[in-house]
Amino acid sequence: MEYVIEMLNIRKEFPGIVANDNITIQVRKGEIHALLGENGAGKSTLMNVLFGLYQPEKGEIKVKGEKVNITNPNIANELGIGMVHQHFMLVEPFTVTQNIILGSEPKSKTGKIDIKKAEKEIQALSDRYGLKVDPSAKISDISVGMQQRVEILKTLYRGAEVLIFDEPTAVLTPQEINELMDIMRSLIKEGKSIILITHKLKEIMEVSDRCTVIRKGKGIGTVNISETNVHELASLMVGRDVSFEIEKQPAEPKEVVLDIKDLHVKDARKVDLVKGLNLEVKAGEIVGIAGIDGNGQSELIEAITGLRKSGSGTIKLNNKDITNLNPRKVTESGVGHIPQDRHKFGLVLDYTIGENMVLQTYYQSPYSKGSILNHKEIYKKATELIEEYDVRTPSEFTKARALSGGNQQKAIIGREVDRSPDLLIAAQPTRGLDVGAIEFIHKKLVEERDKGRAVLLISFELDEILDVSDRIAVMFDGKIVANLKPEETNEQELGLLMAGSQAKRAGDSE
Amino acid sequence: MTSNNKLFGILVPIISVILGLLVGAIIMLISGHNPIAGYAALWNGAFGDAYTLGETVRRSTPYILTGMAVAFAFRANLFNIGAEGQVIVGWLAAVWVGIAIDAPMIIHLPLAIIAAILAGAVWGFIPGLLKAKLGVHEVIVTIMMNYIALFTTNEIIRNVLTEQKTTTETIHGSASLASEWLQSITYFSRVHYGILIALFAAVIMWFIMERTTLGYELKAVGYNKHASKYAGMNVSKNIILAMVIAGGFAGLAGAMEGLGTFGNISVMSSFSNVGFDGIAVALLGANTPLGVVLAAFLFGTLKQGALEMPTGAGVPTELVDIIIALIIFFVASSYIIRWALLRFTKEGK
Repeated sequence: MEYVIEMLNIRKEFPGIVANDNITIQVRKGEIHALLGENGAGKSTLMNVLFGLYQPEKGEIKVKGEKVNITNPNIANELGIGMVHQHFMLVEPFTVTQNIILGSEPKSKTGKIDIKKAEKEIQALSDRYGLKVDPSAKISDISVGMQQRVEILKTLYRGAEVLIFDEPTAVLTPQEINELMDIMRSLIKEGKSIILITHKLKEIMEVSDRCTVIRKGKGIGTVNISETNVHELASLMVGRDVSFEIEKQPAEPKEVVLDIKDLHVKDARKVDLVKGLNLEVKAGEIVGIAGIDGNGQSELIEAITGLRKSGSGTIKLNNKDITNLNPRKVTESGVGHIPQDRHKFGLVLDYTIGENMVLQTYYQSPYSKGSILNHKEIYKKATELIEEYDVRTPSEFTKARALSGGNQQKAIIGREVDRSPDLLIAAQPTRGLDVGAIEFIHKKLVEERDKGRAVLLISFELDEILDVSDRIAVMFDGKIVANLKPEETNEQELGLLMAGSQAKRAGDSE
Repeated sequence: MTSNNKLFGILVPIISVILGLLVGAIIMLISGHNPIAGYAALWNGAFGDAYTLGETVRRSTPYILTGMAVAFAFRANLFNIGAEGQVIVGWLAAVWVGIAIDAPMIIHLPLAIIAAILAGAVWGFIPGLLKAKLGVHEVIVTIMMNYIALFTTNEIIRNVLTEQKTTTETIHGSASLASEWLQSITYFSRVHYGILIALFAAVIMWFIMERTTLGYELKAVGYNKHASKYAGMNVSKNIILAMVIAGGFAGLAGAMEGLGTFGNISVMSSFSNVGFDGIAVALLGANTPLGVVLAAFLFGTLKQGALEMPTGAGVPTELVDIIIALIIFFVASSYIIRWALLRFTKEGK
């Protein structure tokens, strides 16, 4: 069998750590080859070596059987290697065509950029691979899924034979993920090869042919997808058995903790995004809010936590009105919040882990007295939480920025849960995390429920909603349109409700 | 990794200073001067005898405070270009109180100093308020506040404090920072007790930043406004407070000039640059109090020593401005130095 890309015994060191230790990956022509590993396992390093951003200390790279020396990304491009980045590299006010030709603009005889010609070529490429991209649309006007296709087109336009997809589904909706899978299949049909970097096992099982697993920088091996299953892949990746089943007893809901009545919230552009929402969360239950991104979930959380003013309606916590209190008052009245965007809201990345652990409590005893900080107490608390929540960090004095996403999230969860809030809001708590961390976080949420706390879970992952929640509230167009029991529903029904089918039946006047 | 960063933080300014002096030497060579003689003259001009030493300290004193005025705001992610104006209003307020009031020193001197701090603080409060409440960029407002300070002060000197004169009378002795003792041991240089106040202010800044909940909030807001709001901090209050305290430091620098060095205030045809140089001092000092103190002394030394260079070695004083500019250039391009250091240490292994 012919290999298009071979990376043999690659070793890459950084000061103090070996990021890649003797990793071998061989990609056949016309296959989707998954590269699986936990966060920080060395996937990105390996791909950056292939893309010419890093030089390996040992090992060799072969393209179509010939040894090559890739010293910068331009060489990688010339060899037909293209990267579809996780974070898109697009100029928003430019059109699709302008973005794609950026850096290799076709010129007419007079030296003018030949946009017409480029547009035609891009249209042809788009048709051939079924991408359905409009070459003259502005990037700022198209959806995230479309933007990703523009990134794909960019690599194809530059003649890529091997496409590297870096965590491509992280930003997509379930429908967009399905469409992406179709696109990948049609790319293969046209003779391209794909390296798919991911830690989502389901996607690997669904779309790829073979899978190379790396763990803590070491190559574990390559398996045929047809001969394996999710459980084997997970244990290969993590190095131990992972349970996908969330162990939990049936919920025993008690008194109402969070009571929202007829809530209206506007977004920054003064558009009503929460439109008369009613929601109850009881002590001892996990309520999962299912919904497609942009149906008012973020605004709802921001209104509860005091980050955004609500227009009308009431939010009660333990029968006390907390509507439009400031974030500190809300926190003090017993709300814990694991924010959706942990880098933007959850952590001060340039603060140490210790300093981050007291982000809401630094002004209270024993962390400070008479506005003088007590560093000894702060770091004592941090050591406790690091231990209890298994935050893997060199020390409590390490900057939050230096930690992996999973460990950052564990630190946030430790901080929020440790305050023993009556209501714990978890917004996408496992986004971008690997199975080991996901397992840990789900366990913690269930533990909190069992301690009699009310847990409000917001997630775009239907699996997570179905597995973790005791009750599912479907949110569509700023309202809760259905309340369901997870054991009495399924992904199809939820998907339809999330898309608003029942809301229409109810005769929405808008 | 953290210790590496700290090491870089110390090494980069030091290497920048050395590089700045080296390139300065090359420029002297090219322009036909002897760099060794030039730097010897610089050294003598700054430390040659007790008088120059006193003047060097005197010159460094306001730099410490304006450096902190910029650094303090910068820790809260605010760029205080307004130290210049804050110095001017602080200077004016100190002299005004020094002239207008009769009181024993134990009341008069603190009163004059507090007036300077308050004046600077008000000058910081306005851009802080506009930034916090209306989102107006502090750089633009502080630049405008500089001009307002300059021209208003000139107007007050001419029409309120004097009758169409360009210099006010001298402040009462009870408001003066000047020290006969310090002058006597430095051959009557103008060094004054203000240096103690400046060093004490540096300790205060360190204490606020590293040991208080206020410093914790200010830095958090500076690093990440969103997380600060999420954590329940009042972002607007912290922005305003950072500018007020920064302005207070600069106002105090004005008191150094008004109560210490000059004992009066004169109509200025243009800015004194003590405030603007504070930006460079803060940058070189990496926005830490200790760094600012060291950088302020370096600036004081260079500026004082430069005065000796034309007579001692025939080198024009402007060369020192070039060297200062070079040092700032190298600090600003610290990325290159980091890169060179990394390569160097890597090959060393």
